[in-house]
Amino acid sequence: MQGKVIDVTLDTVVGEVMNMKNEGQRLVTYSAYQDGDKLGILYHFDKDLETTHLRLTADMDKPIPSVSGVYFAAMLVENEIRDQWNVEFDGLVLDFNRTLFLDPEVTQVPLVSNVKIEPKK
Amino acid sequence: MATTVIPFGPQHPVLPEPVHLTLKVEDEIVKEAIPALGYVHRGLEKLADIRDFHQMINVCERVCGICSMIHGTCYSETVEELMGIEVTDRAKLLRVIWSELHRTHSHLLWLGLFADAFGFEALFMQFWKIRERIMDINESTTGSRVIVSVNVIGGVRTDLSPDQIRWILSEIEIVEKEVKALQETIMNDYTVKSRTVGVGVMTKAQAWELGAAGPTLRGSGVAQDMRQQGYGGYSFLDFEPVVETAGDCWARSTVRFREVLQSIDLVRQAVAKLPEGELAVKVKGNPPEGEAYRRVEQPRGECVYYIRGNGTKHLDRLRIRTPTFANIPPLLAMLPECELADVPVIVLSIDPCISCTER
Amino acid sequence: MLFTPTVIKNLLKKPATRKYPYEVREPFANYRGELVIDIDKCIFCGMCSRKCPSQCITVDKAAGTWQCDPHACVYCGLCRDNCPTKCLSMKDVHRKPVTEKVIWIEHGNPPKPKKKAAAPKAEAKAEVKPDKKADK
Repeated sequence: MQGKVIDVTLDTVVGEVMNMKNEGQRLVTYSAYQDGDKLGILYHFDKDLETTHLRLTADMDKPIPSVSGVYFAAMLVENEIRDQWNVEFDGLVLDFNRTLFLDPEVTQVPLVSNVKIEPKK
Repeated sequence: MATTVIPFGPQHPVLPEPVHLTLKVEDEIVKEAIPALGYVHRGLEKLADIRDFHQMINVCERVCGICSMIHGTCYSETVEELMGIEVTDRAKLLRVIWSELHRTHSHLLWLGLFADAFGFEALFMQFWKIRERIMDINESTTGSRVIVSVNVIGGVRTDLSPDQIRWILSEIEIVEKEVKALQETIMNDYTVKSRTVGVGVMTKAQAWELGAAGPTLRGSGVAQDMRQQGYGGYSFLDFEPVVETAGDCWARSTVRFREVLQSIDLVRQAVAKLPEGELAVKVKGNPPEGEAYRRVEQPRGECVYYIRGNGTKHLDRLRIRTPTFANIPPLLAMLPECELADVPVIVLSIDPCISCTER
Repeated sequence: MLFTPTVIKNLLKKPATRKYPYEVREPFANYRGELVIDIDKCIFCGMCSRKCPSQCITVDKAAGTWQCDPHACVYCGLCRDNCPTKCLSMKDVHRKPVTEKVIWIEHGNPPKPKKKAAAPKAEAKAEVKPDKKADK
């Protein structure tokens, strides 16, 4: 994968993101994926066409500190991850409460494994 | 001072796709705007669990109708990077030709809608008449006007014969002549300027910090274009990003107009450099375990694909981030302190493609 | 004022639109229109149903039927490109609109399988070989 990857934990993520902002990097987006039974989140940054990534592995039931106070653009992506994976973000500037994309009466969580096909061993 | 709450959307004559904004207005000046999305959410990322990675090209193309070829190209290139497949030069340049034709027709469509947003319906019809020639090129070379479906993993599946290439060059010459005839009107006419100059201003620092993409970013003075990375066939072509410094709706419209002329020039460069060769490389096996990340330049901005494979024929995770998703926070920063009648012009100036945003 | 030359030119030319459906344009040669199958050439291998992105083709080798849902089909042409016997083709005009949903099933003859019985083995081999040669 292009770009360098830095590993962060739940405590250091806001500090690292503030470092990125002081360097002048632009937040591109977050990607969330299933990593065993935990959630892996990659934060993608860009400056002058060079990419940097921060990798965070978190449990799905503990709230993750939000960086929308640092970067306002993060607000929309964190709401989308909330809709699709049902994880809480602590300190979101504008919280849609799982109704950004889904209807209020939907209770099934979209991207947490239910229809995946097991790899043939 | 009385505060009124006015709902804008989801159905509005100026919006191509449904989006809802709640505007808090005090005597015609907008004070705050809160968005609401979710009207066209189709859940396409979840389909990666059921359709295998070859069939997913067709799903990815249908994320957006106007930039469908570029979504297909980005997906194919990301999977090719994950699997380590090298595509022939002819396939790369053919993909570039169709992508640039898509960019031209998307910008012409937007210029027409923009003219319609402040009531200049005659100019709207003129731009769409010019656009029909490009749709004819699409239909006769690939088989379909809008969703062209020429990408496969490993290359393309349709070829261009020398007769077709001569016809394409003559058609885009006519397009260029007709577009230049309208240049004075869209850039210098008094009525157009009085509706767009000074409306929806965003400074360079604000645009960078809020994460804007594409012409929204380049209209504020930042010279960044993802095609400069040289992915795919763009490593053979040379061009400069189109930049304007004013940061208002007029600047964004001028950036898109000049990009139409730049795309026509890129098509001519690509046709001149087209080598002989195979169209597609055979693909064996499944995507290995690993991840790949790729960014391309769509007509609306920078589009990001992130793919994880796990050794089976179904991808583990397909993540798409489209440019309009990144342009919504700048929109929310542009709307306060503008008049109510300027709201349609500002919303349209970021080129909203909501079906891309919500997939 | 800058738009006036364009306006005057357009008033003097004929309209840019065609009077459809009274005047219809000639279809382009490569257009991906309605799907057509030549059922006698089909060997019921199921390749088209595996490649289809919208999963609208069902092939039943035992019963000898080939079924396609023309309303779910997206007219991409992947089945036509991957068919080993080239029995699928696309017309250059689109399917005409209908007022209710149609179901499209074709019946054909699947190729006979090799008989593995011990006693009439020599006879079966001699019978199957010329059959298969005619098929391919």
